[in-house]
Amino acid sequence: MCTPDIPGTTLFDGTQARKGYALNKMCYSFNEQANRDAFVRDEDGYCARYGLNAQQREAIRARNVLQLIAAGGNAYYLAKFAGIFGLDMQDIGAQQTGLTKAEFQARLQAAAR
Amino acid sequence: MAQLIGGITTSHVPAIGRAIAKNLQDDPYWKPFFDGFAPVHRWLAQARPDVLVVFYNDHGLNFFLDKMPTFAIGAAPVYTTGDEGWGIPALPSFDGDLDLSWHLIDALVADGFDLTTCQEMRVDHAVSLPMALLWPDQNWPVKIVPVCINTVQFPLPSAQRCYALGEAIGRAIGRWDSDRRVAVLGTGGLSHQLDGTRAGFINKDFDLQFMESIIHDPTWATQFSIKQLVEKAGTQGVELLMWLATRGALGALVRCVHRNYHLPISNTASGLMLLEPSA
Repeated sequence: MCTPDIPGTTLFDGTQARKGYALNKMCYSFNEQANRDAFVRDEDGYCARYGLNAQQREAIRARNVLQLIAAGGNAYYLAKFAGIFGLDMQDIGAQQTGLTKAEFQARLQAAAR
Repeated sequence: MAQLIGGITTSHVPAIGRAIAKNLQDDPYWKPFFDGFAPVHRWLAQARPDVLVVFYNDHGLNFFLDKMPTFAIGAAPVYTTGDEGWGIPALPSFDGDLDLSWHLIDALVADGFDLTTCQEMRVDHAVSLPMALLWPDQNWPVKIVPVCINTVQFPLPSAQRCYALGEAIGRAIGRWDSDRRVAVLGTGGLSHQLDGTRAGFINKDFDLQFMESIIHDPTWATQFSIKQLVEKAGTQGVELLMWLATRGALGALVRCVHRNYHLPISNTASGLMLLEPSA
């Protein structure tokens, strides 16, 4: 299971869960408004408190979902990070696929046919 | 004995919560989705369930990776919700049915399902939004027993195992010494993928085949491995496991009272089915 062969897909398995623990733990904390506020006030300090490694810190800095997944992030916890910036799932889908949001939405509409 | 009166399966995407918060039910984008629930409202008014067993997957509100149960069951007097990171209004909490919770725990462990039991448990949009779709006034007339199936961290329980869990719960409900009217609710799916460069993946043909199988050939999807289901339905489309558990609870034969399929809502193909056990 740790060598996924579904294109464009990373299964969140034991390898990812080990790699991403600190990053996901930080994102899990964003369930609470007070923690989201604390992150916004002092991003460096907040990331340091959760012990993010350099790859995770850079992916957070870049707000880049594919980098966050590569650093062990899980989609469900990352969604809470995206929530801080008011991004919805179509913003996130557009970013990952290199499309504009309108192009990504058009792709979804096309699946109805 | 308690009576199992029906089962409902529906999608649960967070965007539904935003649409409800902004009263977009009649917006052209959302109307085909929300309108699908009108026959379910009529059925609920007539069938009057007292308690719902809710199969759902937590998305990181109650469970984190520090402790990740494969199957967990609520045994709490009350289940609270949260904003889950998105700043949308939290929905009202749910009363638990402790008698049914503990009856199910006793029956399921005896039946070989080694559950995690939770006397404190928060439930996320996968419980609260389907409930708000069933009862838009959010004045819940039922108690609930949430049953959480892990779809966060692989390995996930197999489709076959989730179906068997549902069967065991259906049997246990039938042996519950109570006059309560019980329904089952399964939430999630249908095809969608949020993560990776495959984000936006939707598979209408598979979804329609899956919904058809739920009626006439309910174990059809249990032939597939989890990885095959991800391939066919997307990384989050694998939430159809909740539909299989729901279907398993209803017994060999069902009557389909209503169904709706509409896409997209957010990044997801939405499905809705209302089933009654058929003797």
